Amino acid sequence: MFLRYRIIIIVLITLFAVYNICIYSTKESSTFIKLSSQAVSGQQLWQENNCWSCHQIYGLGGYLGPDLTNVISHPSKGSQYVKAFLNSGIKSMPKFNFSEEEKNAIVSYLKHIDSTGYYPNYNAVFKPTGWVELKYKYNDRNEK
Amino acid sequence: MIEMKNKTPLLFIIAALLALLLGVFFGLFASLQYIIPDFLKEYIPFHKMRPFHVTTVISWIILCVTGSIYFFITHIEKLSLYSKKLSKLHFVVFIITAIGIYVSFLSGKMEGREYLSYTPILTIPILFGWILFGVNYYKTIAKNVKNWSVYYWMWATGIVFMIYHLCEAHFWLIPGFRERFITDMAVQWKSYGSFVGSWNMLVYGTAIYLMSKIKRDSNLAHGKMVFFFYFLGLTNLMFGWAHHTYIIPMQPWIRYVAYGVSMTEWIVLGHIIYSWIKSLSIKDKQEYCMVYRFLKAADFWVFINIILALLFSIPAINFFTHGTHITVAHSMGTTIGINTTILMASVFFIVQKILPSFKTTTLFIKRSYYLFNIMLFLFFCTLLYAGVIKSNWMYFTKDIHFSEMQDSLFTTYIAFFVFGLGLAISITTLSLTLFKALFKVLKSN
Ligand code: HEC
Repeated sequence: MFLRYRIIIIVLITLFAVYNICIYSTKESSTFIKLSSQAVSGQQLWQENNCWSCHQIYGLGGYLGPDLTNVISHPSKGSQYVKAFLNSGIKSMPKFNFSEEEKNAIVSYLKHIDSTGYYPNYNAVFKPTGWVELKYKYNDRNEK
Repeated sequence: MIEMKNKTPLLFIIAALLALLLGVFFGLFASLQYIIPDFLKEYIPFHKMRPFHVTTVISWIILCVTGSIYFFITHIEKLSLYSKKLSKLHFVVFIITAIGIYVSFLSGKMEGREYLSYTPILTIPILFGWILFGVNYYKTIAKNVKNWSVYYWMWATGIVFMIYHLCEAHFWLIPGFRERFITDMAVQWKSYGSFVGSWNMLVYGTAIYLMSKIKRDSNLAHGKMVFFFYFLGLTNLMFGWAHHTYIIPMQPWIRYVAYGVSMTEWIVLGHIIYSWIKSLSIKDKQEYCMVYRFLKAADFWVFINIILALLFSIPAINFFTHGTHITVAHSMGTTIGINTTILMASVFFIVQKILPSFKTTTLFIKRSYYLFNIMLFLFFCTLLYAGVIKSNWMYFTKDIHFSEMQDSLFTTYIAFFVFGLGLAISITTLSLTLFKALFKVLKSN
């Protein structure tokens, strides 16, 4: 019995290893773009200042502020709008003291995020199996 | 009464209870900001309180389950620990790291992410602590136990996967990795999901251990059925994380696998506890009254959370619940309703073992217990309600500003705070009672 359990564990771990390698190395899409160094420093600021504790990206993060996945491409928002918010200290949002360069870095990070997809994914297609087919942004880009 | 030569397990548990008390109050302060955003913003800003809260309550789970496991193998199973020194070192490393984490928070050095937001360097001593635990555990069990009960497997699995997923949660430190935003984000949430799965292995292992001890029936932890469920749980830990991330535009196959796997996990523990309660004699129930009660509460919360988790593992439902407070309801329901109740059962069991004169059936404890469950239920329902409102705002309304939606939830957030306060009070009274007993043992030895 003991031996059988060991075999099951070994099989599972092997599958897990293969699965992980696939996940770590799959290409996200054909038009995939890397985070620029400016966007990476934006990400750094995002983490250092715990923006995630109030804001969400793809619905993951905090609940005190709005989701920011598509704030850049939102018709009535965009880069300038975001910059105006950063040091405003509105409502429960802390009053940050970002320099122009830091603001640009954050915008650059948010821009990158925006380019990766949609959230909320309003045009997703629901299947009778309970499956949801997401609308991907790179498909749009390919079509264009 | 058990002679306590090695007190390290108790130290872990005392530290855990302390973390629980602290963590609950950090949470309370953080939630205040949903009601009065400007009032406390300057002094205890939400974005500082949240990491304090999250990290501290996670420490409660980790420290308590670690102390429990050390206690069970040395004091109940009477196995001689491979190295007492290593276990002491483990404790010291964790405590020093905890201090480091608070210093990192207070000095504003929080470059980490979400659940692990302290400065990432501190993950090294945490990993070191886990490795010490792993070595000590494995050497002790491998030498002394032939036919491993399922809980020995579960604890071993929990330790190994904890180490792996702690590492995985820090892959973003690799420059090339963080440049691939979607992969990075998916892996981050994969690691968190499985990280929780790892501590669940430790906590559920503890639940099964307690049940088999109270019933004095080792079959409970040896049968084919329990092992079947163990492997099912392990499969979920490995592959079932992605319902956290259905909505991220990852490759569809990753999402398919997750959907397939994730429908199973919760039946696991529910089934085991259910069949256990059915077959328990009245005498067993009386002897370990509070242990039994807390496990029964865990059973109730498993059922509630099964329903919720099964529902939102279906992508079409997940689509609407994701990013809303319903996710929070789920995480509070599981960490408080399931993990904390099992760990409370564990601490009551330990206290009863080392201090048989300790009365656990007092009115005070019973009242705290009921207050705990009732408040948690209301707390949970409030979050579900807030989630429904937010989801409705996201998908079925147009041109309503975020802050309007937040404002419309004002009364709900007040209720959330009040029920949180009730929960905090019940947790405080329970923990203080247990504290007193544990200190008594420490002093008398
Ligand atoms: C303590 C919580 C909190 C933290 C931390 C926080 N924010 Fe905010 N943020 C808010 C709230 C609340 C709003 C919404 C204010 C309103 O519109 O009423 C907001 C609004 C915004 C907006 C405008 C969004 C929109 O759609 O209108 C942007 C952009 C933003 N925040 C960026 C950031 C960035 C970048 C950080 C980190 C440097 C950050 N925030 C940190 C709470 C927070």
